[in-house]
Amino acid sequence: MSDHDHGNEHASRGVSRRKVLECMTWAGTGVLWTISAGVPRSLGIIDEAMAQDAGSLTFLQISDSHVGFDKPANPNAAGTYEEAINRIKALPIKPSFMIHTGDITHLSKPSEFDDADRIVSQARLDVHYVPGEHDVIDQEAKLYRERYGRGTKGAGWYSFDANGVHFIGLVNVVDLKAGGLGNLGNEQLEWLENDLKGRSASSPVVVFAHIPLWTIYPEWGWGTDDSARALDYLKRFGSVTVLNGHIHQVMQKVEGNLTFHCARSTAFPQPAPGAAPSPGPMKVDDGKLRNMLGITNVTFRRGQQRLAIIDTPLQS
Amino acid sequence: MNAMKAMMKCSLFVAAALQVAVLAGVAVVPITPAGAADATVKIDNFTFAPQQFTVKIGTTVTWDNEDDTPHTVASSTKLFRSNALDTGDRFSFTFTTPGVYRYFCSLHPHMIGTIVVEATTGAKVVQ
Repeated sequence: MSDHDHGNEHASRGVSRRKVLECMTWAGTGVLWTISAGVPRSLGIIDEAMAQDAGSLTFLQISDSHVGFDKPANPNAAGTYEEAINRIKALPIKPSFMIHTGDITHLSKPSEFDDADRIVSQARLDVHYVPGEHDVIDQEAKLYRERYGRGTKGAGWYSFDANGVHFIGLVNVVDLKAGGLGNLGNEQLEWLENDLKGRSASSPVVVFAHIPLWTIYPEWGWGTDDSARALDYLKRFGSVTVLNGHIHQVMQKVEGNLTFHCARSTAFPQPAPGAAPSPGPMKVDDGKLRNMLGITNVTFRRGQQRLAIIDTPLQS
Repeated sequence: MNAMKAMMKCSLFVAAALQVAVLAGVAVVPITPAGAADATVKIDNFTFAPQQFTVKIGTTVTWDNEDDTPHTVASSTKLFRSNALDTGDRFSFTFTTPGVYRYFCSLHPHMIGTIVVEATTGAKVVQ
């Protein structure tokens, strides 16, 4: 698939601006990941991938719903979030669960969390969350932790297992330093090292966090200062898939056994790196908005190490 | 009404000036009243403008978020920290001690700025 080729090119030549922009032109709606032979790859069409194996683990990634956002780039972010959930409800194969990679709300207001919970509950699926910086605006991230932090460590990190895949939710949006990027912090990194200790290198790992764990564009803060240490702990595993949000556009890179993927927002698009004076919400023609919002579908098939990822726009 | 307001402002200023003079133990009449010249830092396109701003002691600096994204104003030394400022929201802080005050947006930490507070004599004091 063309997106996979892009990923390999990134790995071997580094991410040039031209390549990034080429990747940007790749349009999908959800991301469907299939793990096979160590390197995750994405398949072309959501139905094609899902039809391949009914016994597989399929989960969905949603991101950056920004409930409460009402600016010209999308005056009704709650509405497009609901459209995304409706698409999920209509999937031919029901996913096992969802992960939400943060920026659930726009301003961490109780009413925004309430609206977001009401909308997402219509999917009738478990949701595993990590916070975005918009969810932890109140001091100590009290509201986020009250709602989604049960059973988590620190600012809300945790791990769980499903169908032989080890999932790790990381928090890289708290205690940010002036002039810096995303931040995991020593406590969380030590926890991660312990969490991975003793695990078989053959077990597939899925890591999800809000801000990308690979450096995409530091001028806009699109990276995580101390992610190299986390990736170091992960590199011995045969299949590692890193799912992020934050940048409101699909971007993918393959580096050895690590596959990095950023999902679309369900609220508003953001410009390609460096393509605008700032990473603020990008206003597009009303008719094009839903082509730039979407969900991500991920499938793991037992016996194969590659995850199939399919991004599906709300409208294509 | 405006005249009344001006007069009240004036009397307040005189009272404040007298207090300063008494506290300092010297009879001086400051030429520039401390705190009279307020200053605004505009937030737009994920930047603080001006990024480095030099003000007199006693100045109240107001940050005005004109961006379509919420931001915060957070001192690097935790001296001050705003709530999230949505579009059109403002945050003010009065600087009463000379020094160099670095701050950033805690949501987008690549956004940084500096307020340099000068003593009324104009001498710069670096913290």
